[in-house]
Amino acid sequence: MSTKKVIQVNKLTKNFGDFKAVNNITFDVGKGEVFGFLGANGAGKTTAMKMLIGITTPSSGKANVAGFDVNTHAEDIKKNIGYMSQKFALYDDLTVNENITFFGGIYGLTRKEIKEKSIELLKELNLEDVKNMLVASLPLGWKQKLSFSVSLLHNPKIVFLDEPTGGVDPITRRHFWEMIYKAASSGTTIFVTTHYMDEAEYCDRVSVMVNGKIEALDTPKKLKETYNVKSMDEVFLKLVRK
Amino acid sequence: MKRFVGFIKKEFYHIFRDKRSLFILFGMPIAQILLFGFAITNEINNVDIAILDHSKNVNSTEVINKISSSKYFSINKFLEMESEIESIFKKGKVKAVLIFEQNFGSNLIKEKKATVQVVTDATDPNTANTVSNYVNGILQQYQKQQNKSIDPGFQVLPETKMMYNSELKSVYMFVPGVMTIILMLVSAMMTSISITREKEQGTMEILLVSPLKPVQVILGKVFPYIFLSIINALIIIVLSIFIFKMPVQGSLLLLGLESILFIVSALGLGILISTISETQQTAMMISLMGLMLPVILLSGFIFPIASMPYPLQMISNIIPAKWFIIIVKGIMLKGVGIQFLWKESLILLFMTVFFIVVSIKKYKIRLE
Amino acid sequence: MSISVSHISKSYKKVKALENISFDVKPGELFGLIGPDGAGKTTLFRILTTLMLADDGIAKVDNFDVITDYKNIRNCVGYMPGKFSLYQDLTVEENLNFFATIFGTTIEENYDLIKEIYIQIEPFKTRRAGNLSGGMKQKLALCCALIHKPTVLFLDEPTTGVDPVSRKEFWEMLKRLQHKGITILVSTPYMDEASMCDRIALIQEGKILEIDKPELIVKKHLKDIYNIRANDMFLLIQSLKSYKNHYSIYPFGEFVHYTDKNKDFNSTELKKYLETKKLTNIIIEKTTVTIEDAFMELAK
Repeated sequence: MSTKKVIQVNKLTKNFGDFKAVNNITFDVGKGEVFGFLGANGAGKTTAMKMLIGITTPSSGKANVAGFDVNTHAEDIKKNIGYMSQKFALYDDLTVNENITFFGGIYGLTRKEIKEKSIELLKELNLEDVKNMLVASLPLGWKQKLSFSVSLLHNPKIVFLDEPTGGVDPITRRHFWEMIYKAASSGTTIFVTTHYMDEAEYCDRVSVMVNGKIEALDTPKKLKETYNVKSMDEVFLKLVRK
Repeated sequence: MKRFVGFIKKEFYHIFRDKRSLFILFGMPIAQILLFGFAITNEINNVDIAILDHSKNVNSTEVINKISSSKYFSINKFLEMESEIESIFKKGKVKAVLIFEQNFGSNLIKEKKATVQVVTDATDPNTANTVSNYVNGILQQYQKQQNKSIDPGFQVLPETKMMYNSELKSVYMFVPGVMTIILMLVSAMMTSISITREKEQGTMEILLVSPLKPVQVILGKVFPYIFLSIINALIIIVLSIFIFKMPVQGSLLLLGLESILFIVSALGLGILISTISETQQTAMMISLMGLMLPVILLSGFIFPIASMPYPLQMISNIIPAKWFIIIVKGIMLKGVGIQFLWKESLILLFMTVFFIVVSIKKYKIRLE
Repeated sequence: MSISVSHISKSYKKVKALENISFDVKPGELFGLIGPDGAGKTTLFRILTTLMLADDGIAKVDNFDVITDYKNIRNCVGYMPGKFSLYQDLTVEENLNFFATIFGTTIEENYDLIKEIYIQIEPFKTRRAGNLSGGMKQKLALCCALIHKPTVLFLDEPTTGVDPVSRKEFWEMLKRLQHKGITILVSTPYMDEASMCDRIALIQEGKILEIDKPELIVKKHLKDIYNIRANDMFLLIQSLKSYKNHYSIYPFGEFVHYTDKNKDFNSTELKKYLETKKLTNIIIEKTTVTIEDAFMELAK
């Protein structure tokens, strides 16, 4: 893991009226790191992530993502990141190939690049036989893997994953994490937001957000040692009930 | 019974908490009645016209004065030459040009026959038609006066008497139509939406897995809207009586009962729609396209049924709104009672029973 | 038997949602249906709650047939669908009152049953259900499902999308309800919740993989599992995959769960092999089998 920082967040805050959704958070994420961004629903995860991907402007504080300032260069950030969420991934009523072409197109790839990439991608995911099938007809696990690959089409520096493996069957889930590790080892930073604590166990480092603040940040192993518990689930329980 | 009351109470909570729908529910009838009553009308007022008077004598001046003093026309311009006519129409300044012939005065007196040419802008055919009718009226009146004062000549003039709506007020024609549309929309669309909302939210699953009988769910959904629709019908009638001075010649009680019959038939349609649609959006689309359009186009509200092609006339027969409009017009304008409307009422009753029976039969006791 | 399912099958067009499912739930049992999304859990729940007809097979709830005696079942079961299904525009109290009346009862009549849960949301009783947090919605939905004192309670993924704190509380509540004699059938995609149930059925792609007590399912897993970690996760997985004796390799949190083909697994040999692959900080230790390991082995 290199020490180069691709995400640097400094005293980032977002207020909605009197309510501090994100309250003065500071952290760094290194290149090629799998970073878990945890918190309960409503803890401020989504708001924080929206600021990092340049959809929401911060109330105060600074953040640098993929080398660009979120306050001034939000558009440049969008070109250098990928995004995948469980809720919205691919268009169900388009075929596998059409989805790849469409997303390749919006990420600004040329026709030739799209063609090369899609051949490579279909081969890697073993989806060559179903490339002309509607995405709706694929099993959930395949869709997840395809959608992750699509988010990597334009070689982004960082991929943001929103609860990527919730509800997926255990074996597919492992395949998915293998893909994540592979992307990370080739230098892509993976930023996972989730409230599933077992997803957290797979990350290199995790931060736990409670009521807009980051209450803990370390490797899962160290966090478990610090709180003297066996799982991240228990770490979380201890932090929230504190 | 307690279950049923509990259900209705819940429905009223839904209705009164959804401020937007509530606004549409009661704002729409008022807005529509006012819109149709004031803005959209067949009458003409202060239509701009131009005059080209070739004769310029006493008689033509008298006629012109008569025209300009009427409330229907205002004279925009006096023209000098025929060639100006085209350009003034193109500019869109006037709706009609009246051309008095060279010897208008002398022809009128000597030959008892003079010509006024009425050139109208037929891009707006309705207005053109009305304008020429009004001008004719004024001319005939003038001629009659002249004949009286100079020489009582023999002349037979046709006289049309408009019965039931002697002033040809368009609002009288619109009120029954608007009332029909609103009752249809409120009853059918609102019920179908409220049932499909339960499906969409997933609460229908819980209602199904409960001792509630299908008929209780349906009646519980329908009852609040019967109530609201009656209030709506009252608002419309009160508005048309007090603001537009619309007479109600017949029995208000009969009008009320017929309205309830129509409301129930619309509710039946609403339930039917909800059985075939899974989402609120579909229910709304079906209500708007499947109910609103036929009511507006085929019920005789705007386009007279008699002048429709035969197939459309047949289709109009299966539209409940057609029969209801006939009934409402009959009661409000003609003042007739059930002895003249029993046939239409019976048809409506039959349709109502049909919709209700079919929708109860189609109501699913399971999810699929 | 409180619930008995025998040879139930159900298809949607081409997709087989359930294939020949059979199991029984004893009175007062807390039975878990555990499997990923799309395994057929919701379909099974809908068949048992009389919302759907199976293509084949017989199912009984409280000895009532789900097809012919569906009205009786609707009177005596409590059902909490997967999606949050209460009236969002009604307050907490109004929701509860409504469900009490449609079941012909009152809040007061069965208050003792819901009391423990209801007091947690009572401070918010005038708040609209749509404005509650995920955990509170769940509690309210449970109250509504319990208000008529059902004999059997069906909970379809009650803890999905709920934060860990609320999840834990929810299971504690279920345990207490079970002690009051209510039979509970609950489904979940979280393998770690299996241990909270008396018995579980592991389900995937419409088929039951195994039914037993959670601790026995784990015992049936014969192979030893080793936790392996090193400095580079991706390289570790790749290296293990090319190791001649590997049987299964699954990333598992910060470790890889490894099983070997041979009974007499030699950890030093593997360690040496991994070192040749330029991995450092290698740890290999035996670990306990989890339900998830068992599931993966059965689904393999």
